[in-house]
Amino acid sequence: MVMASTTEEQDHHGHGHVAHHFDSAQQQFDAGKLGMWLFLITEILFFSGLFVAYAVYRVNHPEVFIDARQHLNTSLGALNTVVLLFSSLTMAWAVRAAQLGQHKLLSNLIILTLLCASVFLGIKSIEYSHKWGEGLLWAGAYTYGSEELVEQDKSAAKLAATAVLGAPAALIAVVSGAILVFWRKRLSSVVRTLVAVALGMGAIYFVGVGIGIIVEVLTHSSVSHEPGDHSISQVAGEPGPGVFFSIYFTMTGVHALHILIGMGVMLWMLEKSLRFEYGPDYFGPVDFVGLYWHLVDLVWIYLFPLLYLIG
Amino acid sequence: MNSNQNELQHEEYDHHGLAHVMPVKLLVGVFSLLIFLTIITVLLAQVPLGPWEVWVSLGVATVKATLVCLYFMHLRYDRTFNGFIFLSSIFFVALFLALTLMDLNGPRVPLSGIE
Repeated sequence: MVMASTTEEQDHHGHGHVAHHFDSAQQQFDAGKLGMWLFLITEILFFSGLFVAYAVYRVNHPEVFIDARQHLNTSLGALNTVVLLFSSLTMAWAVRAAQLGQHKLLSNLIILTLLCASVFLGIKSIEYSHKWGEGLLWAGAYTYGSEELVEQDKSAAKLAATAVLGAPAALIAVVSGAILVFWRKRLSSVVRTLVAVALGMGAIYFVGVGIGIIVEVLTHSSVSHEPGDHSISQVAGEPGPGVFFSIYFTMTGVHALHILIGMGVMLWMLEKSLRFEYGPDYFGPVDFVGLYWHLVDLVWIYLFPLLYLIG
Repeated sequence: MNSNQNELQHEEYDHHGLAHVMPVKLLVGVFSLLIFLTIITVLLAQVPLGPWEVWVSLGVATVKATLVCLYFMHLRYDRTFNGFIFLSSIFFVALFLALTLMDLNGPRVPLSGIE
């Protein structure tokens, strides 16, 4: 058998070892894939609980859903859809790169996927802070349309919410930057790359925030914000518009949590990728993390029309 | 470089072939189609379709989901059992949704206190 060698392949092509309880690398790979698919269907059933809750409340209170939907920015939602779809492309390509032993390409594609996830979260933070500022919150905290909220208060609240949501990213960026500046020489090249990626992720999050702000300003006229818009104000004794936002924040929040977990796992995978541990003999982890990431994308593919488009 | 990659792709069915390798063109093609469908679904949302809106949106979403499952998640080239597992979960989600919605439309018996 001829192993075609390119400049990217170096001298190892992924020596994953076959665990002792498997007969072959093929069995190990197939078992891992089966295991990941079984986990993914538990995730599907997990999210289905939220989707069924959405369906029930929508059937019972269609007017609330249609009205509340107007407060969601379709452009931001569509932008986030594109970002996630692109991250799925880079992730699927990363699997291919691992299979072909293209180590540098693999690492770059994992980094690109991580950056896309950061942009997604940055854009999402603008959506969340906007709602916080307008009082478009979950049942019990819903204050939209009440007379107490003044424009200045809303802007201040929006800014505060953006700052709070962005604090973790800022912290990560600052700490990573500091480590790179002061301890650069003491770090191995792999660790240095990882810290640089962390810095990048923190910084790119704010690129997402910036894009979100620009798009929100440009599309502002298409989102109705009249203070006299009482069509979805709270009616005593009935589940009101807060219910829509309970469902909105829970679904998008749990989804964002899955994105964060995926980012963590990808950083772990990046470290191994930088040490050339993946190749044609052993690419299972890249494949399986890819499957998880595509599931996160799948959930969003359904969340987007159900929350942003229907009505 | 290209011939090396083709060589490796044919090799994948030799003893290094743990799984099928996706061609770049196919990946990018599927991605382009997904973007196109996203544009379609946003445009269709602007058209007043009445009760059909939900079904149209979900229909386009399902086409996108099918593309992601078959190509990005590799089910088209995988062992059939994995696809079967996935579809079985969809069956149970459909059951969950259908029975719950049926319950909503069922007759209601008002509960009265025990005298």
